[in-house]
Amino acid sequence: MSATPGQPLAALGRATVQSVAGFGYAGMLLAESLWFTFWGWRRGQPVRLSAIVAEMRRVGADALPIVCLLSFTIGIMLGIQFIAALKEFGAQSQVIVAVAKSVTREFGALITAILVAGRSGSALAARIGSMTVSQEVDALAVIGIEPVRYLVAPALIAMLIMLPVLTIFADAVAILGAALYSAPALNVTPQAYVMQTLSLLSPGDLWQGIGKSAVFAVLITLIGCSTGFSVTGGAEGVGRATTRAVVLSICYIIIADMIFSYFLNR
Amino acid sequence: MNDAGSPLIEVQGLEAWYGKRRILHDIDFRVDAGEIRVIMGGSGSGKSTLLRHLLGLHQPTRGCIRVFGVDIARAGPRELQKVRRRLGVSFQGGALLTSLTVGENVALPLREHHADLSENQIRIMSRMKLEVVNLGGFHDLMPSQLSGGMVKRAALARAIVMDPQLLFFDEPSAGLDPVVSAELDELILRLRDALRMTIVVVTHELESAFKIADTITVLDEGRVLMTDTVDAVRRSDNERIQDLLNRRPREVVVDADAYLRRLTEEEA
Repeated sequence: MSATPGQPLAALGRATVQSVAGFGYAGMLLAESLWFTFWGWRRGQPVRLSAIVAEMRRVGADALPIVCLLSFTIGIMLGIQFIAALKEFGAQSQVIVAVAKSVTREFGALITAILVAGRSGSALAARIGSMTVSQEVDALAVIGIEPVRYLVAPALIAMLIMLPVLTIFADAVAILGAALYSAPALNVTPQAYVMQTLSLLSPGDLWQGIGKSAVFAVLITLIGCSTGFSVTGGAEGVGRATTRAVVLSICYIIIADMIFSYFLNR
Repeated sequence: MNDAGSPLIEVQGLEAWYGKRRILHDIDFRVDAGEIRVIMGGSGSGKSTLLRHLLGLHQPTRGCIRVFGVDIARAGPRELQKVRRRLGVSFQGGALLTSLTVGENVALPLREHHADLSENQIRIMSRMKLEVVNLGGFHDLMPSQLSGGMVKRAALARAIVMDPQLLFFDEPSAGLDPVVSAELDELILRLRDALRMTIVVVTHELESAFKIADTITVLDEGRVLMTDTVDAVRRSDNERIQDLLNRRPREVVVDADAYLRRLTEEEA
């Protein structure tokens, strides 16, 4: 059958409707999670502390080694690049401020969020997706346990706590990495490098990264959970949802980061 | 909630659509207290969709579903919660939470709804229900360590842990060998007799349906063909029912134009 001229337009329309529906669904998950967090106990549906702690361990503690390793590497890379670039202008001494500001405002939060999206966002989508396929989500609902309260709210709270914590760790380790590489080139000790970094940073620099990481936490959780709940088509569907969750999360993180950077650094 | 003598489930004029496809057509039936009702039909007859509507997992397009006298399609969360505390469900694949042990799965409804119970009481009650389904020693195993039949029995233990008045089974015999399937049928009968539960079973297994049912509702292409006793269903002169009972394949007429039209509609 040949394609009619209206078909691309219809496809665009369907994609638009699906996107709007996706935003609406994610917004509903957020609203319900917040409702259960603050008022769920009044309806006998409290968000359990044990579930939040388990999620915090999965999202935060378990991710700490890899976050530290990558942040350290990125700190060294930034040191290398800034020394090479600033050397041309005889401004090597500015490496410290360049690394400090770029790590705390930008790279710490961004790299951590991308890592957590790949690690925990995909795990959320896979876990909820396989539970949806095997009717475990239905079973929860029939038992009288709201799936959003049981599955989404603990993940959201844990992510909102642990992503900023991981970002602070990432900032510190990246600056340490840059200090270890750059200090000899700048003829200062690593301790002096770190002390100078601390004197150059303002609370606003740190808050910029931490604030972004909180927004990224919401994005990763909502995208992971909403793709998980929307799974159809068995194991293959779970695989597709996992990939989709990671790709969407990273896209939205980068777009959100750009918007934040634009408004916060004007 | 429902008065004594009124039906536990009452469905009136239920219609369900998935997009442009009509799945259920004007369904009417009732289930009285203490009976075992089997909802029977071939694949695609709409019986699983009907079950999901009865459980409040789907909203009907039209019609009314009353469970314990509550219109569950229009009930608020609190009311729906109260209804759900009085019913249990054994899903087709068991639907045990794979991250919890068998015992934790069975104890889950108690933990959620009975904050007043001590940990020890919860453990005793969940072990008792596992004993009822002959899984006494399996409390600490993970669902992945159980066979298909055991998973279904563990799911049944979870379904009855709150002593529900109404119990639903979705395809209890699916994927089980005949011996295990017969054991499960016996268990369903024992539950009704011992715990005086009203039981609704969705199945396409004829042998199992005739063994356990007090009454049978036969579904075909989303319509109720008849609701009656086992003997009456067996004697029915309805051609579709006889096809189902005698496992006669439906005559397939390939209409190429209609097929292409449907494909185009689905693509659009």
